[in-house]
Amino acid sequence: MEIDRDDGRTPNQLRPLACSRNILHRAHGSASWSQGDTKVLAAVYGPKAGTKKNENPEKACIEVIWKPKTGQIGKLEKEYEMILKRTLQSISILTINRNTTTSVIIQVVHDDGSLLTCAINAACAALVDAGIPMKHLAVAICCCLTEGGYVILDPTKLEEQKMKGFAYLVFPNSIHSVLPEGSLLVEGEAVEHGIITSVTHGLMSVEEYLNCLERGRAASAKLSDFLRKSIKLQLPTDSFKS
Amino acid sequence: MGLPNVSGDLSAEMEVDAFRRLFPLRFYERHLADSIRPDARPLGRARDTTMALGAVASADGSALTKIGSTTMLAAIKMEVMTPSTDSPDEGCIAIDFHMPPICSPIVRPGRPAEAAPVVSKQLSDTILSSGMIDLKELSLVSGKAAWMAYLDIYCLDADGALFDCALLSAVAAFSNLQIPVVSLNDDGKIVVVSEEGEEGKLEKEPVNKEKRKLTLRSLPFSLTCILHKNYILADPTAEEESIMETLVTVVLDSSSRLVSFYKPGGPVLAYTSAVQDCVALTRQRVKELQKILDEAVSGMEID
Repeated sequence: MEIDRDDGRTPNQLRPLACSRNILHRAHGSASWSQGDTKVLAAVYGPKAGTKKNENPEKACIEVIWKPKTGQIGKLEKEYEMILKRTLQSISILTINRNTTTSVIIQVVHDDGSLLTCAINAACAALVDAGIPMKHLAVAICCCLTEGGYVILDPTKLEEQKMKGFAYLVFPNSIHSVLPEGSLLVEGEAVEHGIITSVTHGLMSVEEYLNCLERGRAASAKLSDFLRKSIKLQLPTDSFKS
Repeated sequence: MGLPNVSGDLSAEMEVDAFRRLFPLRFYERHLADSIRPDARPLGRARDTTMALGAVASADGSALTKIGSTTMLAAIKMEVMTPSTDSPDEGCIAIDFHMPPICSPIVRPGRPAEAAPVVSKQLSDTILSSGMIDLKELSLVSGKAAWMAYLDIYCLDADGALFDCALLSAVAAFSNLQIPVVSLNDDGKIVVVSEEGEEGKLEKEPVNKEKRKLTLRSLPFSLTCILHKNYILADPTAEEESIMETLVTVVLDSSSRLVSFYKPGGPVLAYTSAVQDCVALTRQRVKELQKILDEAVSGMEID
């Protein structure tokens, strides 16, 4: 497991996380999320009346608009929009606000690797801030695979380019529940071990992918604790402002 | 079409087609419980797949593939370009995926389909990261000239599993690719040698006399599956995709390495066992597709 990372982190170490919510005045909900130098701003508007064409009016619709740091959006951003939309749809309860559209606007502030995962975490915090009904939260993590088959977590842009492959993984957050432990298992696995979203690049063996999954799951527990803490912390100030 | 519904509630009194339209999910679940799908396929079986190479005479390589009624036409046009200074001895591949309004009632004239850029991006990621094509082979004169391969894929009928069919047609088109003969003229420019017997007049030797075919290493093949409750449905139709929303696309290359495991959201979570089942289904499918491709290629050689 001897891998030297440029910034001196251990393979499993994430960059410093920061999350703040309710930072935009006009939006119904907003959040900024940063992992090291990667920073994303998310704003949520809605639910607004009516769904768009080709969407099911019996369900709430989520629309994602991706704003890159500079320039116009291309195919990559379109793909991110689609992945983000489907991911947010799967964690939201769509049957409460039927026939409405919720817009999520993602503004990239700085991209230093793991951009999509950072955006998913930001969007999730912003949805909570806007009070959109959700089944559970989602935590996203990027796992990189080195030439030697080692897994490193939360890569920077430089590391992403050097690696032979990487996987963006999204898991549900760990559920703290009053129910007895055993009831949260599905097919002998904890609910938070199920994959919501998985996007991979580069060649890897199936075993290496499963290895990535395992490491991602372990790290997602930490992330989900952080998300929970940062949402809890701000609750008193929210009520104070309003 | 469909099995007789023989249980209580509404389904006993209603015609099958009406039940299918009103309660699509229950219609499907009733079939799934009996391990069958409305089109008489078992859950893990893909639809019939056919392939015709060289479907477009004016292109340098082309293929028409069908998976069930999903139809894709892929064509490659080669052009000479000046390589970028970063990679002077590499060519380039530009992949575009088109969904014209004829392919599906969802796509309307004048508005580009939402799915098209996403499939297009997925395709170029998959083809480039699978290492199927060595970009160095597309080089003609280092730093001066290299091939630019324009791969365009047209969706003629979108009936589910778009990515699978598009990738298959792309791979087939590349295996059908014949690189045109070019030579250097007196000014040091690359010119295409016309094939109509004028070769005697040319004093210059063609630059790429031997390199008329690309060597394709480890072809990528894919299978899309739907996860619904505990069921895994391989190769869904458009109807199935619209009713059950959790899609997983696995791309494996011919030596069983994972090129992509793509699951964009969806209400059903994929656990390790489901991941392994999807990979196992894809392994089988890769063998089938490899055989279909080999047969099509050897069929072309006989002609």
